[in-house]
Amino acid sequence: VCVNQCCQAASLHSVKMSIMSYTGGTVLAMAGDGCVCIASDLRLGEQMNTMAVDQKKVHKISDKVYVGLAGFHSDAKTVLDKIMFRKSLYELRENRCIKPKVLATIISNLAYQHRFGSYFTEPLVAGLDPVSHKPYICAMDTIGNICTPEDFVAIGTGAEYLLGVSESFWRKGMNSDELFEATAQSMLAALERDAASGWGAVVYTITKDKVNIRTIKTRMD
Amino acid sequence: MGDHYGFSLTTFSPSGKLMQIEYALNAVKNGQPSVGLKASDGVVLATENPSSPLYEEQAKIEKISKHIGCVYSGMGPDARLLVKRARKIAITYEDMYGEEISTTQLVTRLAAVMQEYTQSGGVRPFGVSLLIAGWDAEPGKPLLFQCDPSGAYFAWKATALGKNDTNAKTFLEKRFSETLELDDGVHTALLTLRECFDVGMTEDNVEVAVCNASGFHRLTKQQVKDHLGAL
Repeated sequence: VCVNQCCQAASLHSVKMSIMSYTGGTVLAMAGDGCVCIASDLRLGEQMNTMAVDQKKVHKISDKVYVGLAGFHSDAKTVLDKIMFRKSLYELRENRCIKPKVLATIISNLAYQHRFGSYFTEPLVAGLDPVSHKPYICAMDTIGNICTPEDFVAIGTGAEYLLGVSESFWRKGMNSDELFEATAQSMLAALERDAASGWGAVVYTITKDKVNIRTIKTRMD
Repeated sequence: MGDHYGFSLTTFSPSGKLMQIEYALNAVKNGQPSVGLKASDGVVLATENPSSPLYEEQAKIEKISKHIGCVYSGMGPDARLLVKRARKIAITYEDMYGEEISTTQLVTRLAAVMQEYTQSGGVRPFGVSLLIAGWDAEPGKPLLFQCDPSGAYFAWKATALGKNDTNAKTFLEKRFSETLELDDGVHTALLTLRECFDVGMTEDNVEVAVCNASGFHRLTKQQVKDHLGAL
């Protein structure tokens, strides 16, 4: 069912359609001591229909740099392709690994270039600096305003729930195990409440030696 | 008969050379001498800037970005244009990636500009060779590059351009050492420059700049005078 038809259907049923919650999905990232965690749910929907239960919203850009893209799935995919394009060119020209901070700037500029016709996706960058292994997390709005808090960032339909719960679970200087627990528990809580996200969550724990990928069973709806 | 500007002035000669570029290199060879030297903790650039009692002071060594600067030998006006382009390249990069451009990236992009002018219609190659000195923060190391009118670029430990450059390079081969620190580097660069000087070297007709972790800066007249005194 295409988005256009759904507009009509929505107005017939007096349901206000928001493009940012059309496909659903939530992403969370948290920063710890020399590690970051990035997690997303697995649901892909079309308003109230569930279309897929294995659609993650976290993508590996390079060994230590990951990107999360929530919002409208179609735009998220397009933006991901453009991000990979720019990252590949950068690494070829510069002959070095891209830093998360630089990638964030690139994505921000890409988004702002479409200031008056923006991509309906809010990007999130999480990773470790390839040289210093310092953790970096940030999130942006649809036109690329970067916000770099030291603790956690959340985007998507379940963002508000995540922000509340993460505030309690996050502490400064957590190690990778503690960080995983905090991230997973926050996602669990948010997916309980958010109707447009669910069907399990995948959590990436990035440290300087390895990346641990764990899928957790949440409320399966 | 009149339309000579529709096609490239740099067309191949039967021997495989591009004569316009060769002539541009001659313009460089006849230019005022300049010297570049990479020390262990920074880069030195030095050049002759002839003065007369009637001249108002005009700097020749220019800053491109916080950690990159350059000097030239050849046609001043051409150098001015290239410096302008280089500054724009540097600041555009910073805008795009949120961090300072590395010296190598600036050099490759600027050299591409110079190459454009050897393969376009109605233009001539630049009549300068540039010596670009830079400090890359990651990892903390100094870099020295030469950009030629052809668009070719070379990384150097130490080199000289302009009048008497072969003498200068021979001198450098003997006197240069990789363990030189910045102060000794300035000393050696000035000694090398003196080889190329036809007249006596004073703080009024020589310009020196250094590039290290704290950025690119020109030495003041007093600092140059002190160094000359120690020669």
